[in-house]
Amino acid sequence: MEKKEKVNEGEERIGVFVCRCGVNIGGVVDCDEVARYAATLPGVVCVSVNKFTCSDSGQADIQEHIRKYNLNRVVVAACTPKTHEPTFRVCCEEAGVNQYLFEFVNIRDQCSWMHIWDHEGATKKAKDLVRMGVYRAKLLEPLEESEVAVDQNAVVIGAGVAGMQAAMDLGDMGFHVYLVEKEPSIGGRMARFDKVFPTNDCSICILGPKMVEVARNENIEIMSYSEVVEVKGFVGNFEATIEHKPRYIDVDKCTGCAQCVEKCPVEVPYDFNEGFGTRRAAYVPFPQAVPLRGVIDLENCLRSEGKECKACIKACERDAIDFSQEKKYSKVKAGVIIVAPGFVTYDPEPGNDYGYGMDDNVITTMEFERLLNAAGPTEGHVIRPSDCKEPMRLGFINCVGSRDVKTNVHCSGGVCCMFNMKNAILLKEKRPEISCYLFYMDIRAPFRGYEEFYNRARELGIRFVRGRPSEVIEKENGNLVIRAEDTLKGVVRNIEVDLVVLGTGIVPHSDIEKLSKMLKIPRAADGLLMEAHPKLGPVDTVLGGVFVAGGASGPKDIPLSVAQGSGAAARAARLLVTGKAKIEGITAASDTERCIGCSLCVDVCPYAALTLDEKENRVMVVEAICKGCGTCAASCPVGAMEQRHFKTEQVEAQVKNLFALT
Amino acid sequence: MEPKIVAFCCNWCSYAGADLAGVSRYQYPAAVRILRVMCSGRVEPVFIFDAFKNGADGVIVTGCHPGECHYVSGNLNAEKRVENTRKALEYLGLGAERLRLKWISASEGLKFAEVMREFTEEIKALGPSPIKSRMSVK
Ligand SMILES: Cc1cc2nc3c(=O)[nH]c(=O)nc-3n(C[C@H](O)[C@H](O)[C@H](O)COP(=O)(O)OP(=O)(O)OC[C@H]3O[C@@H](n4cnc5c(N)ncnc54)[C@H](O)[C@@H]3O)c2cc1C
Ligand code: SF4
Ligand code: SF4
Ligand code: FES
Repeated sequence: MEKKEKVNEGEERIGVFVCRCGVNIGGVVDCDEVARYAATLPGVVCVSVNKFTCSDSGQADIQEHIRKYNLNRVVVAACTPKTHEPTFRVCCEEAGVNQYLFEFVNIRDQCSWMHIWDHEGATKKAKDLVRMGVYRAKLLEPLEESEVAVDQNAVVIGAGVAGMQAAMDLGDMGFHVYLVEKEPSIGGRMARFDKVFPTNDCSICILGPKMVEVARNENIEIMSYSEVVEVKGFVGNFEATIEHKPRYIDVDKCTGCAQCVEKCPVEVPYDFNEGFGTRRAAYVPFPQAVPLRGVIDLENCLRSEGKECKACIKACERDAIDFSQEKKYSKVKAGVIIVAPGFVTYDPEPGNDYGYGMDDNVITTMEFERLLNAAGPTEGHVIRPSDCKEPMRLGFINCVGSRDVKTNVHCSGGVCCMFNMKNAILLKEKRPEISCYLFYMDIRAPFRGYEEFYNRARELGIRFVRGRPSEVIEKENGNLVIRAEDTLKGVVRNIEVDLVVLGTGIVPHSDIEKLSKMLKIPRAADGLLMEAHPKLGPVDTVLGGVFVAGGASGPKDIPLSVAQGSGAAARAARLLVTGKAKIEGITAASDTERCIGCSLCVDVCPYAALTLDEKENRVMVVEAICKGCGTCAASCPVGAMEQRHFKTEQVEAQVKNLFALT
Repeated sequence: MEPKIVAFCCNWCSYAGADLAGVSRYQYPAAVRILRVMCSGRVEPVFIFDAFKNGADGVIVTGCHPGECHYVSGNLNAEKRVENTRKALEYLGLGAERLRLKWISASEGLKFAEVMREFTEEIKALGPSPIKSRMSVK
């Protein structure tokens, strides 16, 4: 469609492209009507309606119109800038229109999908939105993205299987990686398991060599027992402050021989074993730990009670014990950051979750994993806590603290179904005479080999009871009665067992919240970190140069976590290899003529990007630091501060055209 | 007649939340208009006054939850500014209730739709903006 009257040379020449998005928009909004209306707006020289504007032919249509009508502004009324702005910006640039002269109008996610039954209202709204876009487009100004160099180092936060994979891939590509792990050893959760589904191979036998490989990789600098406490900067130019906790053992001298451990008189519950058994205040995390070095847990050491214990000092032949160590901080520069801190399992509430915390013989899966583990507190013999006897009847309960409106509505992505089945299978294989009951709502076993795993569990004689137990009642002898409706048979069952294992769901830990706040990565509804796009950007975040991998961004099994580690490394490498990153041109700009030097803007800028030139009494913007939030522009009393692309007159153009039709 | 609502949305949280509401097809009245800014901190009082001048019955500024602003503290500035603007609206006789501030994250699509529905209802109960009769805006 072509508009009759042409605008004078040198004026804005706007093309409006309305997208039907198949029926997504076209099924609700009368797109032709919107286009006809757009053609009447000042500055609009042509309009076009496409079935899919983002398709090859849709983009070609935009470019043809740009050439044919000599357009200098493009308005696309379609889906959302959050996903499609980059596509149309490139399309415009290619045809010679500066990308900042492109305006996106969202008539799908925020119009047709919002008002599916109100066709008239949606069409009216679409027209309003297009009008707002056109008036804004008239005032847009060309801008340039700036290019920054990308520092060739990477920071990986969390050295579970996902973080380790990411570090190794980047290290193998030749980039220096700071692998920051908060625990004294790398390895993450997988280091605690005996066997891993769906193949049930020995966990540490496959993880151990990988941990050693990480340590051997000359490009990886492992920073264990350390945490990132502050991150400054932006894509390509991050500066992370890392806190190194004191081990009170000189890692350069220590060989991990554990002689200090033997002599240490203090015993505390062993965290690595989920509190089963004990470790000493001086300890080596576990036999396969990397780095294989001792740690002294000063909180529990006798010296923190003022006692003059020297047991470890005397025991250490290498003179490695050093109580004078203190917390240390280091600063590192990096071009990219990969965040892989994993998840935790739901912590059952004493009194609320089937007697956990009150009845000795109700334990969690993580605890059970340690009991099953040949290197665990019982050397793989499953016993029950109340009397250390071998349980002959076990009840596994799925979805504790997941798929539950009271605690957490989310599903643990099948991981929790699978690990409960795994533990029942492992037990059944060792001791077929043990009876295992597994209480479930639905079994979710979606990936390769998982359905077969489920079938194997049934073949082994594990009894699946479909229903969420209502309660677990403890008997005097420590046995437990699980009360549940078997929803397949329609009967209430009371099944007596010796030990109950709670398959606790996957939830975020406090570090996820900390990291989300520190790095500004949004969190999804389940509280875990949110990826940039659930389908097309699974390891990207909305932040340039920051990537996520593994369990931290949603429940995942090991294969998927590893794949994401590699994925995040590959995405990060795109920046490292090219050595360049683009920064949006939407920074602040001050009008030094107008500025009265009141410094109100300086006070609100979160990045100290503004400085008052005291001699001139004018504020200057340091563009390399400004991130373009626009807060300063909103606080200037005389209109001297502007945010590019969101200038007052540009936003006002939209505001003034909000409701002209209705 | 449905009251006319203007929602200023932050690019990083509530704008994405509004998109998510759309993707999930959570419905709210069509008289809501969304305006995108990079951060709620960009919203200056004059935008709000002008929205009322141009026919809005209610204005809602939405941003990231405290501590989650993409730019650290833009949302806290927005909070102060909205509070002051509410006072000004009260003084002008429009009523502070016509301006609202809400924290809505990128994952809160349902909340976005609920907030829009509730706010529309509340503004409906207040009746059309008094500016309209005085300024003869439609
Ligand atoms: C009981 C149970 C059994 C399971 N069994 C299996 C199985 O048999 N097969 C299978 O495929 N999957 C299994 N899984 C899933 C498996 O555990 C995960 O897929 C895997 O551990 C995810 O790896 P990750 O690297 O993302 O996280 P993790 O393994 O949790 O590693 C994260 C690492 O980050 C560190 N960290 C956390 N916060 C910080 C911080 N702020 N700074 C620095 N470091 C930090 C942690 O200390 C940890 O070392 C099981 C899960 C559970 C809960
Ligand atoms: S707020 Fe405006 S006038 Fe005041 S110092 Fe900043 S730019 Fe200058
Ligand atoms: S736009 Fe934001 S980051 Fe940039 S100078 Fe202004 S307040 Fe600072
Ligand atoms: S970025 Fe969302 S309110 Fe600041």
